[in-house]
Amino acid sequence: MSQIPKRPPPPAHVQQEARRRFLRSLLLGGAAVGAAMAGWLPVLGAQAHRLRPPGAIGEDDFLAACIKCGQCVQVCPVEAIVLSDITDGFGVGVPHIAARDQACDFSCDAVQCILACPTGALTHDLSKKEEVRMGVARLDKPEICLAHQGLGFKGQARGADYAGLHRYEAVDRWKPIPIADHPYDLELCDLCVRECPIEGAIALVPLSSDAADKRRIPEIRQSCVGCGMCEMICPTEPAAIVIDSRAQWRPA
Amino acid sequence: MSLIQSLAIMLGREPTKPRPEEYSPEAQALHEAKRASKLTPEQRAEINRQTHDAHKVHTWRNRRWLTLLVVNLLFVLSYHFDVQLIEGALTASRVIGFHFADLNSALQVTLAFKTILINLVIGTTTVLLLWWLLGGRSFCSWVCPYHLLAEWAEALHVKLAAKKLIKDHQLHRRTRVVLYVIFAVAALASGYTVFETISPTGILSRAMIYGPTWALTIVVFLLLLEVFYSRRMWCRYMCPIGITYAVVGAISPVRVVFRPVNCHHEGECRKVCLVPHVLDVTKKGFATQMHSGIGADCTRCGLCVDVCPTGSLKFEVKGLDKLL
Repeated sequence: MSQIPKRPPPPAHVQQEARRRFLRSLLLGGAAVGAAMAGWLPVLGAQAHRLRPPGAIGEDDFLAACIKCGQCVQVCPVEAIVLSDITDGFGVGVPHIAARDQACDFSCDAVQCILACPTGALTHDLSKKEEVRMGVARLDKPEICLAHQGLGFKGQARGADYAGLHRYEAVDRWKPIPIADHPYDLELCDLCVRECPIEGAIALVPLSSDAADKRRIPEIRQSCVGCGMCEMICPTEPAAIVIDSRAQWRPA
Repeated sequence: MSLIQSLAIMLGREPTKPRPEEYSPEAQALHEAKRASKLTPEQRAEINRQTHDAHKVHTWRNRRWLTLLVVNLLFVLSYHFDVQLIEGALTASRVIGFHFADLNSALQVTLAFKTILINLVIGTTTVLLLWWLLGGRSFCSWVCPYHLLAEWAEALHVKLAAKKLIKDHQLHRRTRVVLYVIFAVAALASGYTVFETISPTGILSRAMIYGPTWALTIVVFLLLLEVFYSRRMWCRYMCPIGITYAVVGAISPVRVVFRPVNCHHEGECRKVCLVPHVLDVTKKGFATQMHSGIGADCTRCGLCVDVCPTGSLKFEVKGLDKLL
């Protein structure tokens, strides 16, 4: 039917190369997709939540919306926010806070990380630290809590080598200093209450009605924002008080 | 070459020799004259000498490397000295307070999050205009840090290949089109920016600014593949970011143009080019016009401009000569 002469088929070695090229493309392209998907699987299987920066929207939406630019990291005065690595399991380049190493103590006053976020992964709906809900503090190990044992605390809260920073308003209103440079001498340890950046979020309450009983227990109140300052400053090892990321406050 | 053809070739179609009716009378006459003329051995030797010498010219490459390093250093220094000139990373940033967003990262986030974010709209519009003006894939060769490492890996690859220790294993150019679609669908379906896990551009940019990460092993792995197995594998056949910027640059005023008049058709330009299919026009008898722009996939890296001994390939800003 057609008048156009058929083109002769390409020589065998050309055909073979084309076939091999196709297989290579399939294999290496598949490997790229596989590697990327391997990064997604842990997201699916993630049970525990990481502590996210202030204002982080729901975890699934947060992981979807984060563009992994680290602008939140750049504005944080205490460098509390770090970007996850592939060794962290999921969310390469997504920010989280390792509160025990360096908590958010709201040194910036104005939730700078939220203002810096270009995608709203940190919601722009809140503007005050009191409105933040990152999680909630919980007295994890009451038996080692110093106040619970009626003990005081003297010295550097986390030892001489601890690199974490905190802004002490009495020392410098603007500049956070190393916690190691600010030793304490307390008759009864109240570090979690003393250094909490949110008013009324935590208080020490007596364990018994006996006035001679020095023992107190830290009680977490509804205004707790889950910033992790108490977990960072807690002098026991491991910390007696921890943050449950993304948890909601419930009356005791 | 029409825009459609240019885009089709960028998306993986193999370029073909133009049909006879596509040639302008001038180009036709030029090709006939070239066919008729025979070179004397002296002329031949002179051309060989020129071609050889041209490989020593690195004007545009040096300008480009300098630009690439300065841009990336600005990100790093701006953070470390807290001067707030450029905040963020290549995926998204604020440049003196203005939102910038990488087109591919913004697309991934939008598909995963399924929300139109005003800051990303602002950021991508700015970036879109910027890269339309500057040539689209010029992002790849003038800004992307992976491109620079890949160029060094390529130099190694070419050296080893010349010694016959390795050989180049090509992939099909449609691979990256398939990957582009897969990663877009994956973001939409999983609600997670799947591609960012392996994006060497994002990984490198963040590692430079925020410190080294284990994610760099992905970059090292890619580079090793490119040195020993497949020349420029990632940028040439796989990276979806390249497609995004190629589409933007398809109609860019900044481009490389080819004028066949003085060309000896030695093909040195195609040997150094990341995307040699765009230089098909430089083959003997392939130019349909006396002056034609190079296709959408061109990264405006300038290697061909440097290597061309006859000045047949040049950068041009469309319409600028008319203005001046």
